Amino acid sequence: MFRYILRRIAYAIPIALSVSVVCFLLVHIAPGDPIDSIIPPDTPREVVEQVRKDYGLDKPLPVQYAVWLSRVVQGDLGRSIATRRLVAGDLILAARKTFVLAITAALLGFAVGILLGSTAAFYKGTWIDKACVAFAVAGVSIPHYWLGMVMVIFFSVLMNVFPAMGAGPGDWVWDREHLQYLVLPAITLACIPAGLLTRTVRGIVSEILSQDFVTTLRGKGLRNRTLALHIVKNGAPTILAVMGLQLGYLMGGSILVETIFSWPGTGSMLNAAIFRRDIPVIQGATLVLAMFFVMLNLIVDIMQTMIDPRIVRK
Amino acid sequence: MSEDLLVRAKNLNVKFVSRDATVHAVNGVDFQLAQREVLCILGESGSGKSVTLRAIMGLNPRGKTVVEGELNVCGQDVVGASEAQMSQLRGRQVAMIFQEPMTALDPVFTIGRQIAETIVRHESISYKDALARALDLLELVQIPSAKRRLEAYPHELSGGLRQRAMIAIALSCKPKLLLADEPTTALDATVQIQILLLLRRLQQELGMGVIFVTHDLGVAGEIADRIAVMYAGRFVEEGPVRDVMRAPLHPYAQGLLGATVHAGLRGKRLTTIPGAPPDLRAIAPGCSFAPRCAMVEAACRADLPNLRSPEPGRSARCIHVNEAA
Repeated sequence: MFRYILRRIAYAIPIALSVSVVCFLLVHIAPGDPIDSIIPPDTPREVVEQVRKDYGLDKPLPVQYAVWLSRVVQGDLGRSIATRRLVAGDLILAARKTFVLAITAALLGFAVGILLGSTAAFYKGTWIDKACVAFAVAGVSIPHYWLGMVMVIFFSVLMNVFPAMGAGPGDWVWDREHLQYLVLPAITLACIPAGLLTRTVRGIVSEILSQDFVTTLRGKGLRNRTLALHIVKNGAPTILAVMGLQLGYLMGGSILVETIFSWPGTGSMLNAAIFRRDIPVIQGATLVLAMFFVMLNLIVDIMQTMIDPRIVRK
Repeated sequence: MSEDLLVRAKNLNVKFVSRDATVHAVNGVDFQLAQREVLCILGESGSGKSVTLRAIMGLNPRGKTVVEGELNVCGQDVVGASEAQMSQLRGRQVAMIFQEPMTALDPVFTIGRQIAETIVRHESISYKDALARALDLLELVQIPSAKRRLEAYPHELSGGLRQRAMIAIALSCKPKLLLADEPTTALDATVQIQILLLLRRLQQELGMGVIFVTHDLGVAGEIADRIAVMYAGRFVEEGPVRDVMRAPLHPYAQGLLGATVHAGLRGKRLTTIPGAPPDLRAIAPGCSFAPRCAMVEAACRADLPNLRSPEPGRSARCIHVNEAA
């Protein structure tokens, strides 16, 4: 078991390296010269070349990559071309805000999804099941930029109960003042994971309930809570995998929702950086988000092996 | 008298109701099981034998199953019992073992845990003491290096060992009645015999009543005191194992015996029963076996034959059987 975990961590290293190569190259594959965006078009050629040299953009790609990677592993993601500020510092601030939003939305979505999914499975075929499935389909189908705007119009403009944009003054604190900023974006963002989890949990739990061993367990006269423990442990590996992926998407993929609510997270940061062709910021943010994905997958894998004995010993 | 009976079923009916159709799986079954008695229910797939067994524990799918008639198990009325009352009965007084030991055990819990949780549920005993009992049980069912197997997961055991573990779970609270649903069908022939011998020994040592469902006549002859032959949800013949095996009364029982390899048939050809079992969604009046029966008469199709008893302890649902005076 311990050796398997070590091996699994070792596997993560080449994955992380390839991810870094892709992050680095993506920017160079994309059209457009970053220099164009920071200096006026009528700048003399020599000045353009000088700027290019200052940023190290004149060297061959492998060299650029090596230089970049050696700095990245020391925590130096470079300076933003647009703002001249350190990328790492800005990224940490933004990631903290995104983390708050993503975790809240994930917990909300997972809780709703697990509750509705298992309810639907227990009442499979009844109207309760159909209502849960309808909610799940709506959750994954409604575009969240649309839902976000509707929420803003309804709760901020018409009813004026929640602020429409921002994450509150200063650094994030878990207090009443800041929490009211969190409500609308978190609900908007929770819809997709809630819908997906409802469908996944419903499928998995109803599949488990139809298995022979559940009849054995009932035949032993077990109480419902003991029975529930068996169902949870059997379903957990698959559901954890889905939850891990969803949390990853929420950490990186909330660009639309963050933009609508002007939430100062990595999504807004990436969005702005892409429009400015701010290469160091794009690279840094993409890399951090990708690493987060790799980490999440690693954690989910390890948790799965701890729950299901069949994975390791095969 | 009736207090001593483990099971008393009277006109037991089990239907599965869905929107499309109603399947009449068990249609008026009467039987009794005394303490320490071994009854074998014999029949082909879909004859209602497993459903009858599950009805005794109330394990047929909830919401879709309609049970009617009288069914009393260890003094508890099962037909009207709540789920809470049933869970008191299950595992403690009545236990069940299944055909497929691979799928009937929870794959992500250790064998020891699956035995111990049953004991903890029904007796006021700590989990640690329950695990110690589990070890004794694994030794009782003759699992080699039992201590190590306690920590094992089902997929780490062979089919035979898994079925032994299943039996250990069933015996964990010393039930008065053991229900066995084709427990040897999924096993290799040599393992089958070992499991059968084990079950017979345990039944005698622990003094349990057993209802054993199988389609294998050889298995039935090995373990049963009495045999009941089931067809289309009805008991068509019932009697002591020796009598039924030697001289079956019902044409269906005769057909089953003729289609099985056993010592009495040495030198003769095996016969088959033509046709297929009836559709249980629409039960025709009369004898259900009539369409496949070589001795069919007009009267067979008109009314369902009564159970006739040619001698004490034996009965069959066939008009060709003469009632004893």
